[in-house]
Amino acid sequence: MGTKKHHISIITGNDAAAEAVKLCGVQVVAAYPITPQSSVVEALSKYVEQGIMNAEFVTVESEHSALGVCIAASTVGARVFTATSANGLAYMCEQVHWAAGARLPIVMCCVNRAMAAPWSVLNDQQDSMTMRDAGWIQIFCRNNQEIHDTVIQAFKIAETVHVPVMVCYDGYILSHTVMPVELVSQEKVDAFLPKYVPHTILDPSHPRNLNPVTLADPRKDGSGTLCHGYMELRYLHQEALLNSPAAIVAADKEFGKLVGRNWGGMVWGYRNEDAEILLMAAGSLTMELSVAVDAMREEGIKVGVLGLRVYRPFPNKELVEAVRKAKLVAVFDKSLSYGNEGPICADLKSALYTSGVSPVVHGYITGLGGRDVKYRHLIEAAKKSIAALNNGNPVKETEWVNVQI
Amino acid sequence: MSTETLKDGMCEIRWHGRGGQGAISSAKILAAAAYLAGFKGVTSAPNFGAERRGAPVTALTRLAAEEIRIYSQVETPDVVVVLDDTLLRTANATAGLKPGGWVIVNSCKNPKDLGLKGDFQVATADATGAAVDVDLIVSGVPMINTPMLGAIAKATGFVSLDEIKEALSDAFSPKAAHKNFEAAKLTYQRTKL
Repeated sequence: MGTKKHHISIITGNDAAAEAVKLCGVQVVAAYPITPQSSVVEALSKYVEQGIMNAEFVTVESEHSALGVCIAASTVGARVFTATSANGLAYMCEQVHWAAGARLPIVMCCVNRAMAAPWSVLNDQQDSMTMRDAGWIQIFCRNNQEIHDTVIQAFKIAETVHVPVMVCYDGYILSHTVMPVELVSQEKVDAFLPKYVPHTILDPSHPRNLNPVTLADPRKDGSGTLCHGYMELRYLHQEALLNSPAAIVAADKEFGKLVGRNWGGMVWGYRNEDAEILLMAAGSLTMELSVAVDAMREEGIKVGVLGLRVYRPFPNKELVEAVRKAKLVAVFDKSLSYGNEGPICADLKSALYTSGVSPVVHGYITGLGGRDVKYRHLIEAAKKSIAALNNGNPVKETEWVNVQI
Repeated sequence: MSTETLKDGMCEIRWHGRGGQGAISSAKILAAAAYLAGFKGVTSAPNFGAERRGAPVTALTRLAAEEIRIYSQVETPDVVVVLDDTLLRTANATAGLKPGGWVIVNSCKNPKDLGLKGDFQVATADATGAAVDVDLIVSGVPMINTPMLGAIAKATGFVSLDEIKEALSDAFSPKAAHKNFEAAKLTYQRTKL
């Protein structure tokens, strides 16, 4: 569906992602279908078939192989893309770690879906959260325009810092909902994203091993060069992630200059300048939160949205600044670290621990397995936290929104 | 744009059909047509989850003067579009309908003969007949989803036939777009309010 008016298309999140992949000159796509991701790669296979995308589309028998093909193709110097959801992501778990450890600039969309069992094809964010420690950059998108723009930015980021990027967006809520999206022109994408120069060049006249068995301590290779041990490589990987905010923010700024819109880099806010209460989430839930904030502002409550765009690397510094003036932060996680609390909530508390900034942080679990989240639910939850704060007895335990038990 | 009908700034349209009737596709085409009509905020989505041919399905279209930030499911639609009149009862199609809202039904009956009672307006249109008349038939089945866009235009005034025509031409090949539009136009003319 592509009604075009002022270059605006009315398209789904999956189509917004596929259009971006096409614009980025991706050379190899390998994917295995899973709801709600399927239509991303269906669109890409159509582009390849129609000859409007000059890429090799590799059909594979599983997600593990899909990312395996991307790893191989990226290693020999191709710009690559894949997409998956939920159990598909879980099935490629080994390769998710490999792609990151091998420092390959792969871009993958994770169309967020609940993990089985029990089966659910509907949305939450448990899938990408389960992969948070694999060493990828994870960016969460709030609407279809941000999906389109972020996929383009993701290649730039990945190829700058040599870390794969997972572009995460909510299944069905964005993947299957059409809304206006301005497609970036090919000229602008070409100006923004230079031709891919592979950082690993295979040269038959200078054979070398890639990712060999690496011993615990540094040692000399056959030619006498001292090589890193496993731990040194991991240190460098962590250093790359910790330094990546500069590249993420720069990509977003440069994109903004070129295209006329950007997405806040690591974190963003809505009506939060004078906010005493912040409502925090990642992904499409932040939009529903912004409606809740408008309604509460009408009542004179000084409340704003704190949008978490990048979850890995976790924006510790940016968040400390963002919550410095807040009395209360209510965090709405769409996933759970079972046996503990919501991962965003836990990570925010960790960011604040040594900062000297200490608003009350109240965690909520919401929207698991596609449970509909309405702004009235968010208002109810926020008001509960505010009432407890005003009573001088702030709630510390995680609560569940709209759980009927 | 008929903004006076947009109480609280947004109009929510719920489509009721059966799997295979194209409710989801026409819900999207309506969003595209509405964007062309000047609504800055338009969204459309299927009822999230699995679909089966013949089983009751719903889809939604939201229209607003500004960007839409509400992505949760529709509870209290302003307009209900019913592609198959058996769904009026079996799928409780009027559930949650806002007072004064529209029920737009694919039916050869007159609105008052549908036996619907409630604080809402009823429009009927024989979309099946229009599809047959212009030979909009796929695999032996008259396509009724796009013709119903004509009935929505007539009843609500949110979009005009021109915008429907343009949205259809973006969604289909020129030949198919023409046929779909002819059926929508005929349905528009035959809509009974």
